[in-house]
Amino acid sequence: MNKQISVQVNDLSRHFGRFVAVDHISFEVYDGEIFGFLGANGAGKTTTIKMLCGLLLPSSGSAHVKGYDVYKETAKIKQNIGYMSQKFSLYDDLLVSENIEFFGGVYGLSVRELKTAREKALREFGLEKLSGKLTRELPLGWKQRLALACSLLHKPKILFLDEPTGGVDPISRRDFWQKIYELAQSGVTVFVTTHYMDEVEYCNRISIMHSGKIVAMGTPHDLKEQYNKETVEQVFIHLIDK
Amino acid sequence: MIFDIEINDLVKTYHEVTAVDHLHLQVQRGEMLGLIGPDGAGKTSTLRILCGLLKADAGECLVGGYSVTKQIYQIRALVGYMPQRFSLYPDLTVAENLRFFADLFRVPKAERETRLERLLQFSKLGPFSNRRAQALSGGMKQKLALSCTLIHTPQILLLDEPTTGVDPVSRREFWAILKDLRDQGVTILVTTPYMDEAARCDRVAFIHKGKILALDTPEKIPDLFSGILYEITCDDFVRAANLLKEERDIASVQIFGDRVHVSGGDDCKIRIAIDNAMGRSGVASFEKNKIRASIEDVFVDLMR
Amino acid sequence: MHNRILPIIRKELIHILRDPRSLTIIFVLPTVMILLFGFAITFDIKDIKIAILDQDRSQASRQVAELFTNNQYFKIAADLTNRGQIEPLMMDRTIVAALVIPEGFGADLVAKPAASLQVLIDGSNANTATVVTNYITAALASYTMDLNSGLHAPVVVQPRIWYNPDLDSTKFIVPGLLAVLMMMICAMLTSITIAREKETGTMEQILVSPIRSYEIIIGKVLPYIVVAFVVASVVLAFAKIVFAVPIRGNLLLLAALSLVFIYASLSLGVLISSKARTQQVALMISLVGTLLPSILLSGFIFPLFALPKFLQALSYAVPARYYLVIVRGIMLKGIGFEYLYLPTLSLFLFGTLLLMISMKNFKTNLEG
Repeated sequence: MNKQISVQVNDLSRHFGRFVAVDHISFEVYDGEIFGFLGANGAGKTTTIKMLCGLLLPSSGSAHVKGYDVYKETAKIKQNIGYMSQKFSLYDDLLVSENIEFFGGVYGLSVRELKTAREKALREFGLEKLSGKLTRELPLGWKQRLALACSLLHKPKILFLDEPTGGVDPISRRDFWQKIYELAQSGVTVFVTTHYMDEVEYCNRISIMHSGKIVAMGTPHDLKEQYNKETVEQVFIHLIDK
Repeated sequence: MIFDIEINDLVKTYHEVTAVDHLHLQVQRGEMLGLIGPDGAGKTSTLRILCGLLKADAGECLVGGYSVTKQIYQIRALVGYMPQRFSLYPDLTVAENLRFFADLFRVPKAERETRLERLLQFSKLGPFSNRRAQALSGGMKQKLALSCTLIHTPQILLLDEPTTGVDPVSRREFWAILKDLRDQGVTILVTTPYMDEAARCDRVAFIHKGKILALDTPEKIPDLFSGILYEITCDDFVRAANLLKEERDIASVQIFGDRVHVSGGDDCKIRIAIDNAMGRSGVASFEKNKIRASIEDVFVDLMR
Repeated sequence: MHNRILPIIRKELIHILRDPRSLTIIFVLPTVMILLFGFAITFDIKDIKIAILDQDRSQASRQVAELFTNNQYFKIAADLTNRGQIEPLMMDRTIVAALVIPEGFGADLVAKPAASLQVLIDGSNANTATVVTNYITAALASYTMDLNSGLHAPVVVQPRIWYNPDLDSTKFIVPGLLAVLMMMICAMLTSITIAREKETGTMEQILVSPIRSYEIIIGKVLPYIVVAFVVASVVLAFAKIVFAVPIRGNLLLLAALSLVFIYASLSLGVLISSKARTQQVALMISLVGTLLPSILLSGFIFPLFALPKFLQALSYAVPARYYLVIVRGIMLKGIGFEYLYLPTLSLFLFGTLLLMISMKNFKTNLEG
């Protein structure tokens, strides 16, 4: 794996009034890495992700996403990131192809680019036969595929996934992760936030956040060995209960 | 053996979609049975039929010995049902919500306050009894919802995905509460889409497309896996995975973090295939270990 | 009272009191509407802009012109010198009427049994045209009477208008408005509160208790009867203070019969909510289902006897129709229950019928 730095975070903090949501965290994520972000509600995951997406300004510290400064170059950052959540806002009353066109349009693809991007997305995600269907008629697993396809139209360098496969049947989930591994192999950095331990196991490396700090970081396997636990969940609870 | 829930040949369709497809299931008195399956598998429909919120198209259900079609009000007095969505009044306080449901189930006034105290203590919501439900955290909301369904001390609990969207710490706490209830003799039928929660139940039923695929204790579920599973550890696992896929004797290849799981039917052939693929990859060193199937592996296996 | 209804009522009251924003809307909306309607919608027309073309220039013609100058209902917008000027003024709406006094009017008045005048009226608004015609005729009639006073008197009609002697339309609109507003608010409040519980999922949680549908419905309706009653009192007090609408009859009787009307309107709301699954649908149906019929088919603005037969028949299904008879009867005519038992009974039967249908429709499950 090439060790090109994709996201670099140094001593990053964010306060809301007196509340410290993110408390001096530092980490690096590399190109092609699948990086899991774990933490209880309010641990600071969402705030961190929002800062990296250019939606929130840090209070102090520095962070660079693909070399762009999160303080000054948020527009460039946004062109380079994709975002997909389990509650991804696909339009239920649009056709599959219309959803793709809409999200392509939002990212400023030209008519010709849009056409190629649509064809490519339909082909790569096996959605060709479904392109004329209403989105609401798709089974959940297919909706998730479509959501992923939409978030990749502008060829982002970094992809943020928020509980991407909650509630999906295990076969669809494995297919989904297969796609993610392919993406990662092509150099895309993937950030995953989840409560779902089944999803955690798919990440190359994970960090566990608690009260705004990163309390542990490593591969799922290493963490389990380090804390002598059978599952990541037990590691997680062990760290947070302390 | 007493069965608190008996489902026989249950069918439920919505327009042309079959949600529950000739489902059979029996839940013993005092056991905690986990109904595990993805969204749309028929979990919610089944629970709703059991508490009379939906009518079955065919089949017979008995809850606490009463017929769902004929004796629904007896059943409702006996059952505590917690819907998937948070269904309490956000503008009422914790105590007000509890009192409301106590009155709804006609819990005698004298008894109401003692039960309220006990539930607040047991759910650790005591300090928040005057806080409005909308200001509670996700885990606290779930505990309040559970407390409300417990206020009339039901013999049978039907819980629809109580831990979805709840963080792992609150989730563990919630399961501990369920275990306590089970130990007190309450029969619990709980649904979840999380495979990793199966281990917490006495028995697990896999549900998929409205049918039960398997039913057993979590310890015995891995034995249902039809093949052999190996875990491979090496450096360039993505490349290795691609080469492993090319082997004829390997049925499935799945990357998990920094490892690769492969499965197949014949132990000997798989080992040869692995060595073969790894040899071609040119990876200097690798490790292969036979592992026990996970609950998810079994589910995937049964679905195919 | 049934002890499962009470917790529903108690909870419902908490909802109402904890949501000051909705509570404000419940009270402010009717107040604003009554102000708007009371001040803006009036069928009395003042300052009718009229032009006079006096081609006679006699003493008689000047007397006729004077009838319009010193009159609160008219305003002379132009003194004309030829006929050609009338049309442009009418076109740009400077005037709505023109009075033409032809040459020889004064002479005819003396020499002939009758002299004629011409009145031109802008008929693009039929309602205004009718009123203007009536006013002009009335003004000229009084002049004729003055002329005739010396001579032998023909039949003179002396109308006396009872109950609202100065024919002030606010006095007849405001009570009607009370009916429209109450019906709208009642139907909206109940249908939304039930639909909201369906939407948020709390209904599912209630339905799995051994509660019966009538317990939910009664528990939902009772608190809103109180709210609607308070709103009605506020609107009424407003009408009395701001518009000086009289309440000639018995206030207690009015209150009692208003309760019956509220009951009927709330039942309509319950019926709507037994079908509507979302708050938005409930809101739409209750707006369309109450506002239009109670404005158009209740006699609020258009007299019922002037409606086509089938609309008249339809109006029997509009509770506001009965309440209008009651509220106008008590407030303006000061009549007692002996004249009002029929509309009251109709309202009561209407409400009970709807409530029974709703209870039958309202399933304690999620089907249908």
